[in-house]
Amino acid sequence: MPQYLLSLIQPDGPVPPPEVLEPIMRDVAAVTERMHAAGAWVFSAGLHPAETATVVRPAGEDFLVTDGPYAEAKEHVGGFTVVEAEDLDAALAWGREVARATTLPVEVRPVASPGV
Amino acid sequence: MPDVRTPDVEAVFRESYGRAVAVLTRLLGDIDAAEEAVQDAFLTAVQRWPVDGVPPSPAGWIVTTARNRAIDRLRRESTRIDRYRAAALLAEPGPPPEEGAVRDDRLRMLFTCCHPALAPATRVALTLRLVGGLSTAEIAHAFLVPEATMAQRLVRAKTKIRDARIPYRVPTEADLPDRLAGVLAVVYLVYTAGHTASAGDRLVRTDLCAEAVRLARELAGLMPDEPEVLGLLALVLLSESRRAARVAPDGSLVPLREQDRTRWDADLVAEGQELVRHCLRRGTPGPYQVQAAIQAVHSDAPTAADTDWRQVLALYDHLLALNPSPVVALNRAVAVAEVDGPAVALALVDALDLPRSHLLPAVRADLLRRLGRDTEAAEAYDDALALAGNARERAFLERRRAEVAGG
Repeated sequence: MPQYLLSLIQPDGPVPPPEVLEPIMRDVAAVTERMHAAGAWVFSAGLHPAETATVVRPAGEDFLVTDGPYAEAKEHVGGFTVVEAEDLDAALAWGREVARATTLPVEVRPVASPGV
Repeated sequence: MPDVRTPDVEAVFRESYGRAVAVLTRLLGDIDAAEEAVQDAFLTAVQRWPVDGVPPSPAGWIVTTARNRAIDRLRRESTRIDRYRAAALLAEPGPPPEEGAVRDDRLRMLFTCCHPALAPATRVALTLRLVGGLSTAEIAHAFLVPEATMAQRLVRAKTKIRDARIPYRVPTEADLPDRLAGVLAVVYLVYTAGHTASAGDRLVRTDLCAEAVRLARELAGLMPDEPEVLGLLALVLLSESRRAARVAPDGSLVPLREQDRTRWDADLVAEGQELVRHCLRRGTPGPYQVQAAIQAVHSDAPTAADTDWRQVLALYDHLLALNPSPVVALNRAVAVAEVDGPAVALALVDALDLPRSHLLPAVRADLLRRLGRDTEAAEAYDDALALAGNARERAFLERRRAEVAGG
C-alpha cells in the first residue's frame, strides 16, 4: 500500500497557551485514533520548535555542524504523520482531517520507498 | 490502390487521440505508456492505411492496434511485472471497447487532468493534450511559451500523477460538485484564454476558442444530466456566436453595444438559447447557467437599444448572490448604468477593489465619459491602458481616450 507523509506546517513563535492548545491536541488525538481504526496509521510525531534543530553537512572528509534549522523561513515542519493510502485522494482526505484538527496547513507528499 | 493521404490520419488523430489514450491508460495504468502505445498505433496507420485503406472504424482500429502494440512492447521488455501486465491485457476482451466504457474512460481522464493537486495552468495544458489531442507544440504556441517549456511542464505533471498516485477515477458523489466545478473552470479557462488572451495573435486564440467549444460539447455528451455542464456549453456557444462581430477589420475590439448583430452566428445563437431554456426548465441554476442566461438576453436583442437591461440586471443580482466576487459586481454595475444611469453605477464601481485588472478603470472611464466628466475619464483610460496587455483592447481604450481628450 502506498504511503504518504503529512507534514504539519507550523508558524515559528511561542507555543499557544493551554486553553488554545488543549482542544487542538484532543482533536489531533481523535484523528490519530481514526487512522488507527482505518489501518492507515504508520507513524506520527510532534517536533520541538525549529530553533532547537542542528544541521550536519558533509565538508570533505569531515562534517560541519551548525545551528539550525536548515532553511530560513517563518514556518517549519512542526510534526508529521505517515499514513497508508490507496491513492492521493485518500491521502488528501487524511490531510483534510489533520488540517481541520490542527488549523494548520498540511503538506501531503508521496513516499517513494517505504521502509528504506 | 485506395487513396489515403496523411490528412486522413491527421483528422482521425485529432478526433480519436484522447479516446484512445483514455482507454489505454485504464488498461495500462500509466499515461506515458498509453501515449506511447497510441502514437505507435498512429505510426502504423500512416504506413498501413495508404495500402490497406482506412478501416471502417478508424478510432476502434487505433485502440485495438495500440493495445496490441502495448502487449508487444511489454513482452519485449518482459520483466516479470510486465509479463503479468501483458497477460492481464490479453485477458481483456479483444474487440474495441463499447461506447459506454470509452465514455467512462474519457471522464476519468478529464477528472485526472483537472485534479486540484495540479497547478491550474498545468490542468489546462494536460486537458488540451490528453483530452483535446493537441500536440505539445500547439499548446506551447497557444500559450506563448517555448515548446521545451511546455513539454517539461507536461512531463512534470504526468510524473506527479504517477508518483503521487492521482487517481484515474470519476469522483464519488460527495466530491463530484467540487471536482466538476474544477473541470468546468478548466474548459472555461481555455475559452477565455482564446477570447481575451493578454497577448498573442488572432489565429492562435481562435483555435483555443474552438477547442474549448469542442471540450464543452464533449463534456455535455459525457454528463448530459449536469445542468452546469450544459450552462457552460451554452455560455461558450453564445460567446462564440459573436466571434466574427467582435473584431473590426483592423483587428481592434468591437464592444457588444457596437457589434453588427447580423454577423452573429445564428445557428450557435439558436443552439445556445435552446440550452439556456432547457436549463431554466430544470430550475437548478448555477453560475455558468446564469452567465449563459445573461448572454442569451443579449442574443435576444436585435439591436443594442432593444436589450432588456432589467432582465440582465436581475440575472446579475442572482449571479452576485451565487458568486460574490468583485468581477461579477463590476459587470453588474455595467447593467446598473443602463437601468439607473451612469451616476448610480459609478458610485458602485468606486466602492470596488480590483487591483491589477484593467477592467475596473475601463468601466470607470466609460461611466465618466457618459457623465461628460472628460478629464477624469481620460485619466481613468490612462489607468486602464497601464494595466491592459491585450493589443486589441489597448487599441479600443486608446481610441476612446482620444475621443474624450479631444472633446
